[in-house]
Amino acid sequence: MTLLFIEQILNGVQLGVMLFLMAAGLTLVFGVMGLINLAHGSLYMVGAFAAAAVAASTGSFLLGVVASIVAAAVAGVLIEMLVIRRLYGRDHLDQVLATFALILIFSEGTRMVFGSFPLYLQIPPALAGPITLPGGIEYPLFRLTLIVIGLIVAFALYLLITKTRLGIQIQAGEEDREMISALGIDISKLYTFVFALGAALAGLSGALVGTLQSVEVGMGEPVLITAFVVIVIGGIGSIQGALIGAILVGLTQTLGAFLLPSLSITLFGSPDTGQVLSSMLIYILMALVLLFRPQGLMGVKT
Amino acid sequence: MIPERLYNGIIWLGLIAFGLLAYFIDEPYWLTLATRAMIFAIAGLGLNLVLGYGGMISFGHAAFFGIGGYAVGILATHAQTYDPIFAGFITLTGTQFMPYTWAIAVIAGGIGAALIGAISLRTQGAYFIMITLAFGQMFYYFAISWPAYGGEDGMSIYLRGGFPGANTLRPFDFFWVTFGVLTAVILLIRTLNASPFGLSLNAVRQTPERVETVGISPFRLRMTAFIISGMITALAGALFADLNKYVSPSMFSWTISGEIMIFVILGGVARLMGPVVGAIVFVTLEELLGGVSDHWHLYLGILLLLIVLFAKGGITGALTRKTQVQHG
Repeated sequence: MTLLFIEQILNGVQLGVMLFLMAAGLTLVFGVMGLINLAHGSLYMVGAFAAAAVAASTGSFLLGVVASIVAAAVAGVLIEMLVIRRLYGRDHLDQVLATFALILIFSEGTRMVFGSFPLYLQIPPALAGPITLPGGIEYPLFRLTLIVIGLIVAFALYLLITKTRLGIQIQAGEEDREMISALGIDISKLYTFVFALGAALAGLSGALVGTLQSVEVGMGEPVLITAFVVIVIGGIGSIQGALIGAILVGLTQTLGAFLLPSLSITLFGSPDTGQVLSSMLIYILMALVLLFRPQGLMGVKT
Repeated sequence: MIPERLYNGIIWLGLIAFGLLAYFIDEPYWLTLATRAMIFAIAGLGLNLVLGYGGMISFGHAAFFGIGGYAVGILATHAQTYDPIFAGFITLTGTQFMPYTWAIAVIAGGIGAALIGAISLRTQGAYFIMITLAFGQMFYYFAISWPAYGGEDGMSIYLRGGFPGANTLRPFDFFWVTFGVLTAVILLIRTLNASPFGLSLNAVRQTPERVETVGISPFRLRMTAFIISGMITALAGALFADLNKYVSPSMFSWTISGEIMIFVILGGVARLMGPVVGAIVFVTLEELLGGVSDHWHLYLGILLLLIVLFAKGGITGALTRKTQVQHG
C-alpha cells in the first residue's frame, strides 16, 4: 500500500510538471501581453503530431521531441504574426473568439493532414521498462524522465526570467508595457519571442504526454482547460503560481482517482460516488481557492 | 440599412413563413432543421443576456444546456420504466409532459447557474472566462463518470415528450411548439431590457462603480442575469433532448459553449434577434458546407476569425443602424 501510494504521488508530480509546461506559456502570455489564448491546446497538439510524424519516419524519438518543440514554436510565431498580434489591444471577448476560431482551423487542418485515427508514439527502448528507486519502488523510467525534464525546464525558465537581460525585459513588460517600449526595446519582437517560448513548451509537453497516451485531434483542449484551472489556482501571470498550482492539481487529480473509489467502496459499498467525486475534485479545489483567495495563491490583489 | 425593429419583425415573420412553406411543399427535414436552429437560438438568447447586455463572457453555458437536457432525459427514463426518481416522504415520478419537464429543466438550470455564479461572479475579466470554462468541463466529467444515467453512453428517450393539443412526433407540430417557446423567450428578453433591471444591467456593464454609487449592488444584478440566462439555456437543452430523443455527455462539452457563443457573435452581440439570426446562419452553413465537405469546421473557423478581426457587430450590426457596444 505504501509503495503503491508513493508511486501514485510520483504519478501526480509527473502529471503536475507536464501541466506546468502548458500553464507556464499561458500564464506568461497573459502576464506579458494580457492575452487569453485558447489556441494553446492546439500548439500542444501540433507538437504531439510533429513528434509522432518525425519519430515514425526517422525512427528516432529524440528527433521527434526536437521536432515537437520546433514545429510548435514555428506555428506559434506564425499565428502570433498573422492573428494574435491584432488582438493585444482588443477586449477579452475578441481574444477568446479569435483563438477559438484558431482551434477550429488547427483541429480541422490536422484532421485533413493526418486523418481521424490516433497515432502512437513509442517509448524509446533506452527509457522503456521500470527502474528501481531507493526503498525498493519499481517506477517506469519514462515517467521519471518526464519529471526530470519538467523540473529542468522549470529551473531553466526561472533562470531565464530572473537572470537574463531578456527575462528582465519580460518582467518589465508585465509591469508596464508603455514604459519599456519608451526605453527603446522592440516590444513587438519581445511579444513574438514570449509567444513562441510558450508555444514550444506546449509542443514539448504534447509530445511527451502523447507518448504516454495517444496522439489525436482534440487532445489539447482538455489539457488546456486543466491548465486554466492551474493558473486560476496559482494566480494568473505568476510563473511560481503556475508551478505550485500544477503540482497541486496533478497530485489532487491522481490521488483523488486512486483513493476516492476505494474509500467509497468502504463507505457505500460501490466505487461510483468516489469516481464521480474524483472527476470533479480539481474543480472543487479551484472553487475553494477562489473562495479564500480570489486572486489565486501567488496572485497579486488588484 | 434598416431600422432594427423592422429587421426583428422580418426575422420573426420569416420563421413563420418558412414553417408554412416547408409544410406545404412537404419537406419535414427542413422543419426539423429549422427547429434545431430555433433551439440553438434560445440557447444563444440566454447567453446574450449575460454576454451581450451584462458584459460577462461566459464560456461555460454548455453546463446549463446539458443540465436542461439531462433533466428531460432523467425524467423520461423514469417515466418509461415506471420507476420513481425518489420514494420517501414524497414520491417523485418521471414524466414526459413537456410543460413539467421544461419547468424542472429551468429550475435545475437556475440552481446550476446560482452555484457556478456564486463562485465565478466574484471574479472578472480573464478569470471569469477561465472559471466558467472550467466549471463547464466539471459538469462534462460529472456526466461521464455518473453511471446511474448512462455514463459515457448517455440515455435514449424512446418517445418525444408530449404537449397538450400537439402531436410532437410530427415535425410540423414540434416546430410550432418550439416556435412558441422561442417567441416567449424573445418577448421575455425584450421586456427585461426595457425594465429597470435591464437598464441597470447595461449600466453595470459600462460603469459598475457608478451603479454601486447609487446603491445598486453590481454582484446581485450580475447574479440575477446569470441565473435567468442559465434557465433560458437549460430550456433550450430540454428542447434539444426531445428533438434528438437522446442526451449524452457531449451536451456538456466545451465545444457547445463555444458554439452558443458563435450564435451570438455571428448574429450580433447585444442585439435582440442577434442569436436568432446567428443560429439560423450557423445551421444553414452546417447543412450546406457539411454536405459538401467533411471539413466544414475549417470554414467556420476562418469565417469566425474574419468576423472577429474585421466585422464586429455581426450580421445584425451590418444590416441595421445602431451604435457599437464595448465589452470588458
